[in-house]
Amino acid sequence: MLEVRQLSKVFFEQNDPRRPGLVALHNVSFSVRNKEFVCLLGPSGCGKTTLIRIIAGLIRADRGEIRVNGKPVTAPGRDRCMVFQQFGLLPWRTVLGNVEFGLEIEGMGRAEREKIAREYLALVGLSGFESYYPHQISGGMQQRVGIARALSKKPDILLMDEPFGAVDAQTREQLQEELLKIWNKTDTTVIFVTHSIDESIYLSDRVIIMQSRPGRIKEEVKIDLPRPRWEGDVKADPRFAELRAQVRESLRT
Amino acid sequence: MPAADERIIAELGLRRERARSVCDYPNAIRAFSVICFLIVWEIYGRRVDPLLLTYPTAVVQAAWSLIKSGELPRQMLESLTTLAVAFGASVVLGVGFGLVMGRSRVVSAALEPHINALYATPQVALTPLLMMWFGLGFTVKAVVIFLFAFFPILINTASGVRNVSSSTIEVGRAYMASRRQILLKVVFPAAVPFIMAGIRLAIGRAIVGMVVAELFTAITGLGAMLTLYGNLFETAKMFVIVIVLGILGVVLVRATQTLERRMARWKETERAIE
Repeated sequence: MLEVRQLSKVFFEQNDPRRPGLVALHNVSFSVRNKEFVCLLGPSGCGKTTLIRIIAGLIRADRGEIRVNGKPVTAPGRDRCMVFQQFGLLPWRTVLGNVEFGLEIEGMGRAEREKIAREYLALVGLSGFESYYPHQISGGMQQRVGIARALSKKPDILLMDEPFGAVDAQTREQLQEELLKIWNKTDTTVIFVTHSIDESIYLSDRVIIMQSRPGRIKEEVKIDLPRPRWEGDVKADPRFAELRAQVRESLRT
Repeated sequence: MPAADERIIAELGLRRERARSVCDYPNAIRAFSVICFLIVWEIYGRRVDPLLLTYPTAVVQAAWSLIKSGELPRQMLESLTTLAVAFGASVVLGVGFGLVMGRSRVVSAALEPHINALYATPQVALTPLLMMWFGLGFTVKAVVIFLFAFFPILINTASGVRNVSSSTIEVGRAYMASRRQILLKVVFPAAVPFIMAGIRLAIGRAIVGMVVAELFTAITGLGAMLTLYGNLFETAKMFVIVIVLGILGVVLVRATQTLERRMARWKETERAIE
């Protein structure tokens, strides 16, 4: 279980002391149950990326706290893994080497980490691409490597920062569907940052809508669409349209 | 599906165009050009005072006698040993200090004035001073070569490290890498293309350093042979040394280029794709 309590973060301009600080987040509080899929939705500059980076432990909040299973977190930990917007692959490593990276840092032996990495590559449908380099495969495939790398650490919480923002629309839909299938097979909690209304509704159990200046939570919308959502055309469901209208209205005002 | 591609190409009756004109054989043009040059040199060289200029066949004869007497191989080995030791040291220390400087703003700010001052001074100017400190033997030659080669490696490594994007380092942090792991598993490999470029620049400078040191000390090595035969007015033998040095430079630079291309392959293809 993840709890975010009264989180605030201010950015000061390093080089120009006369410029006022920017309030990226102000008193943000919410909690996420285990195995829940939550989307953080909002326009650019609403602090959603800042929020997920604080949860990942990459930057520190100025006020408030975050607890995972009751324990406060301030640094990256093995209970949380991040999938990056620009994939964050290391270009000098092969696909296999990239998936092994997290396990290698842990100090796991070569044979064992290779076995696990191959398993997760199979899970994301990339068996046979082990020896390719990131620049030799498409963006969608690169992000699958990023997902395999994060999942290989068996995190309690998978943090995804606009993971499908850098791929084309068709690949994006395909990846969304695959993500749901993979999530179905694992016991992971997912926190997913996006600025796409459809993506947030299609994927999540709950959409947390954020607003900018200062970055804060506006509203939470429960997504009561049935699962699994990859069967049939969920987006044609009248309920989907209602939710879309509700979320859009909330974002507008 | 290459099979299908081939079939369609056959159906359309298309074929790869073959090389037709002389322009498509640059190596032939190169060889022809060199042969012409040698012929002209041979004809002209035989008419000029042998003190001032020699000609290709005389150079070949001189080379053969220098090899047969064992003098050229011995001096070359002498030069190359010094070069290898000093260059090895400059690679190790240049990359080491470069990594630290690139990662630490404090170290970088503290070392920068000294490095800039030393790098800006023509190292040739330091050689007489170094001879007073280190004598005329192996040490002074190694120090001069080191000073010539160290700075490009140091500076390139440091800027390569600074060039590693913060998002790349963040990947390491997100996966809980320690400072040491980030340096060795993220920063260093990311900086390898810069480091290799520094090494390529340095190898050329190291050869210059070697010849300079040997010309000054004039006891052993290829540079010393140059001074010796210059003083004896044996022009053909001087040419032999000059040509050997030229070949040495080309071979070493080519070798580092090949190594650079192999180690930084991911960078090159990445650039080509962008």
